[in-house]
Amino acid sequence: MVDIPYDRIADIPPAEVPDVELYHPRSWWTRYVFSQDAKVIAVQYALTASAIGLVALVLSWLMRLQLGFPGTFSFIDANQYLQFITMHGMIMVIYLLTALFLGGFGNYLIPLMVGARDMVFPYVNMLSYWVYLLAVLVLASTFFVPGGPTGAGWTLYPPQAILSGTPGQDWGIILMMSSLILFIIGFTMGGLNYVVTVLQARTRGMTLMRLPLTVWGIFTATVMALLAFPALFVASVMLLLDRLLGTSFFMPSLVEMGTLSKYGGGSPLLFQHLFWFFGHPEVYIVALPAFGIVSDLISTHARKNIFGYRMMVWAIVAIGALSFIVWAHHMYVSGMFPQFGYFFATTTLIIAIPTAIKVYNWVLTLWRGDIHLRVPMLFALGFIITFVNGGLTGLFLGNVVVDVPLSDTMFVVAHFHMVMGVAPIMVVLGAIYHWYPKVTGRMLNDALGKFHFWVTFLGAYLIFFPMHYLGLLGVPRRYFELGDAAFIPPSAHSLNAFISVVALTVGFSQMVFLFNLAWSLFKGEASGGNPWRATTLEWQTPETPPGHGNWGKELPVVYRWAYDYSVPGAEQDFIPQNQPPAATRVVQGAAS
Amino acid sequence: MSAIILFLAVIAIIAGWWLSQQRLTAKPWLEEGPVGDFPGSDAMTWPAAKIGLGVFLAVASCLFVLFISAYSMRMNVVDWRALPVPRLLWLNTGVLVLSSVALQWSYVAARRDDAEGVMIGLLAGGASAVIFLAGQLLAWQQLNAAGYFVASNPANSFFYLLTAVHGLHLTGGLVALGRTSAKVWRSSKIADVRLSVELCAIYWHFLLLVWLVLLGLLTGWTDDFVNICRQLLS
Repeated sequence: MVDIPYDRIADIPPAEVPDVELYHPRSWWTRYVFSQDAKVIAVQYALTASAIGLVALVLSWLMRLQLGFPGTFSFIDANQYLQFITMHGMIMVIYLLTALFLGGFGNYLIPLMVGARDMVFPYVNMLSYWVYLLAVLVLASTFFVPGGPTGAGWTLYPPQAILSGTPGQDWGIILMMSSLILFIIGFTMGGLNYVVTVLQARTRGMTLMRLPLTVWGIFTATVMALLAFPALFVASVMLLLDRLLGTSFFMPSLVEMGTLSKYGGGSPLLFQHLFWFFGHPEVYIVALPAFGIVSDLISTHARKNIFGYRMMVWAIVAIGALSFIVWAHHMYVSGMFPQFGYFFATTTLIIAIPTAIKVYNWVLTLWRGDIHLRVPMLFALGFIITFVNGGLTGLFLGNVVVDVPLSDTMFVVAHFHMVMGVAPIMVVLGAIYHWYPKVTGRMLNDALGKFHFWVTFLGAYLIFFPMHYLGLLGVPRRYFELGDAAFIPPSAHSLNAFISVVALTVGFSQMVFLFNLAWSLFKGEASGGNPWRATTLEWQTPETPPGHGNWGKELPVVYRWAYDYSVPGAEQDFIPQNQPPAATRVVQGAAS
Repeated sequence: MSAIILFLAVIAIIAGWWLSQQRLTAKPWLEEGPVGDFPGSDAMTWPAAKIGLGVFLAVASCLFVLFISAYSMRMNVVDWRALPVPRLLWLNTGVLVLSSVALQWSYVAARRDDAEGVMIGLLAGGASAVIFLAGQLLAWQQLNAAGYFVASNPANSFFYLLTAVHGLHLTGGLVALGRTSAKVWRSSKIADVRLSVELCAIYWHFLLLVWLVLLGLLTGWTDDFVNICRQLLS
C-alpha cells in the first residue's frame, strides 16, 4: 500500500459564512424552558406533539369502542362521536405529524446535519415553539368549553361547520379556527428558520448534493408548508368571520332550524378549494420528511450507499412541485365540471412516477446490502411495505370513476390511514429508535423495541386491511352507528368488533414504547457518540448529547457525500462526511 | 384559483432557476475532497436576515394572492355589489408612497454613513405609516357611517378584510422599524444598522406594491385585466 499525500487539504478555502455569535443561556430557565437552542426546542416540540397525540390516540379508542360495540357504552353519544372524529383527525395530521416532523426532527437534525451551530434566528425559533404550544392549549381547551369541541369533521366544511345542530357550534369551532391560525403563525416562524438555515448556514464543503436526504425531505416539505399553510390561514380567517361577524364568504342562503338564516350567496366550494389547496400538499409535508429519514435509516442499517441519490433528490423536488396541482382530487363528488376531474386524476397519477422511483431506490439500496435488522431498520422496512400498500389504494381513489362509489366509505379511511397515518408513524418511531442515542446518550431497550415493532406493524395491518373490505361493502365513514342497512351483512359487524379489539391492543402496546423511553433515559446502555457507525455529521459531534453550539471550537469541514458505506478497500465500512480524503486515498493509490 | 396557480408558477420558475445553479446533476459519490474542488454550490453568502426576509415576502405574497383568488371567485356570484371606494383612500395611498420614499431616503443615507439622514428617514417613514393606518381606520368609519357594514355584502366584507390584513402587516413592520430606530439611536456606527434599514425599506416597498394591487382590485381598475386573463385561461 502506498500512502499518497493529498496536499490540497491544506488549501481549504476560508469560510465564506462567518461563524455566528451564539446566544448563551445564563440560567436554568433560559437553558431548558425559554431556550433558544434548537435541540431543546426540538425536544419541547416533540414532547408537546406526543402529548396531544396521545389525546388523539385515546379519542380513536373511544371511536373504536362505539364502532365495534354499538349501544354498549352509554357515555358515548352521537355528538361526542363526531367530536372525537374531528379532533382525532385534526390533531393527528397537524398538531402531531406536522409539528413532530418539522418542529421536532427539523429542529434537532437540520443544524447538526448541515454542520451549523444552531438555527439562524434562534429567538424566532423559540417564539415558534411557544406559539405552537399556545395553539395546542387553545385546541385542548375546546374539550372544556360549553358545547365541547367542534364535530364538523377534520375538513370543517361550511355550511354545516358553523350551523346550529353541529356539535361545538358555540365555542368549539371558534377556538378550532383560532388555534389553526396560531399554529400557522408559529409554524411560519419555525419554517423561516429551517429554510434559511439550510440555504445559508451549511458548513464548508456541505454542498446541496452532499446533504443527507433527511435534510432534503425536511427542507422541501418546509418550503411546501410555507406556501400551503397560507391557504388554510385564509380559509380559517374567512370562516371565522362568517361565524363571528355574519359575513357570507362561504355561507349560502339557507334555512336553519326552520328559519331563513342571515347568510346568503356564499360559496361552500370556495372553502373546499382553499382547504384542499392546503390539504393535499399537507400529505406530502408529512410524507417528504418521512421519505428522507427512511432513506437514511435504510442506508445506515444496510451498510450501503443509497441507490440513485440524485434521482432521490429530484424525486423529492418533483413530488413537492406536483403536489400543488392535484388538490381537487379530494373534490370529485363536489359537483365540479367533470373535465376538471380528469385533469386532476392525470396529475394525481403522475405523482406515482417519482414516488415509485423512490420505492425502487429503497428496495435497490437493500439489494445485497449488509442488512442489520435492528429496530430502526424494522420500522423502515415496515414503512416501505405500508407506504406501497397505501399508495396502491391511492391509485384506485385517484381515478374519478372508481372514487365516486368509494367516496365517504371506510375504504377511504383505510387508504389514508395506511399512507399518511401508519406509514409516517412507522418512520417517526424508527427515527426515535435511531436518534434517541444521540439525544440522550443512551440506547433504547432492544427487546422491548422489537416487541413494540411487531405488535404495531402486525396490528396496523389487522386493523386497516379489513377496513378496505368494509369500504368495498359500502360501509360509510363518520357514522355513529350502522343500524340495520340491508347491504351490510352481520359479518361486517363482527369484523368491526375484531378491528376494535386489535386497535385497543395496538394502542396499549404503545405504552411499552413510552415505558422504554422513560426507562432507557436512566437505565439504558450507554451509546457512545456513533452507535450505528453512521456517516452523517450529527454522529460526529465532540460530545453526546451534543453541547451548546454543537461543534466545540471548530466547525466541521465536509469532504464527501453522506453515504460512503462499505467503500471497497476502506478501513471501516463507513467514512464520516468530515473525514479528509488522505485517510482513504491509501488504497486508491495502490490500485492505480 | 388561477391567480395562485400563476403565482406558484412564478415561484417555481425562481426555484427552478436557483436549483439549476446548484449542480443538481453532480455525482456526489465521485466528488471526494474539499469544497474548493467543486465550485458553484456553496452556502449562500447573503446575510441570513436578508434571505429570511426574502422567504417571508414569498409567504406573505402567497397569502395575499390567495385572498385575491378567493376575491375573484366570490365576486362572480350574483349577490356581489361593488362598494364605492372612499376618496380618502387616494390620500392614504399618497401617504404610503411618501412612507416608502422616506425609507428609501433613509437607506441611501445609511449607505453614505449619514446618521442624521437615516434617523430623519426612519422617523418620517414611521410617522407617515402611522398616518396611513389612521387614514385606513377613518375610511372604515366613513364606510360604516354610509351604511356599508362588514356583513351586508361580500364586497364590503372583502374590503374590510383585505385592508385589515394589509394594515396588520404594516403594523408588524412598524415594530421592526421601531427596533431599527432604537438601534440607530444607540449605535454610533451606521455600518451596524445598514442592513436593518435596508430590510425595512424592502419590506415597505413590498407593502406599497401589495397595497397598489389591492387598490386596483378594490376600485375595479383591474377588472378588465382579470377578465382578459380569465378568457385566456378558458
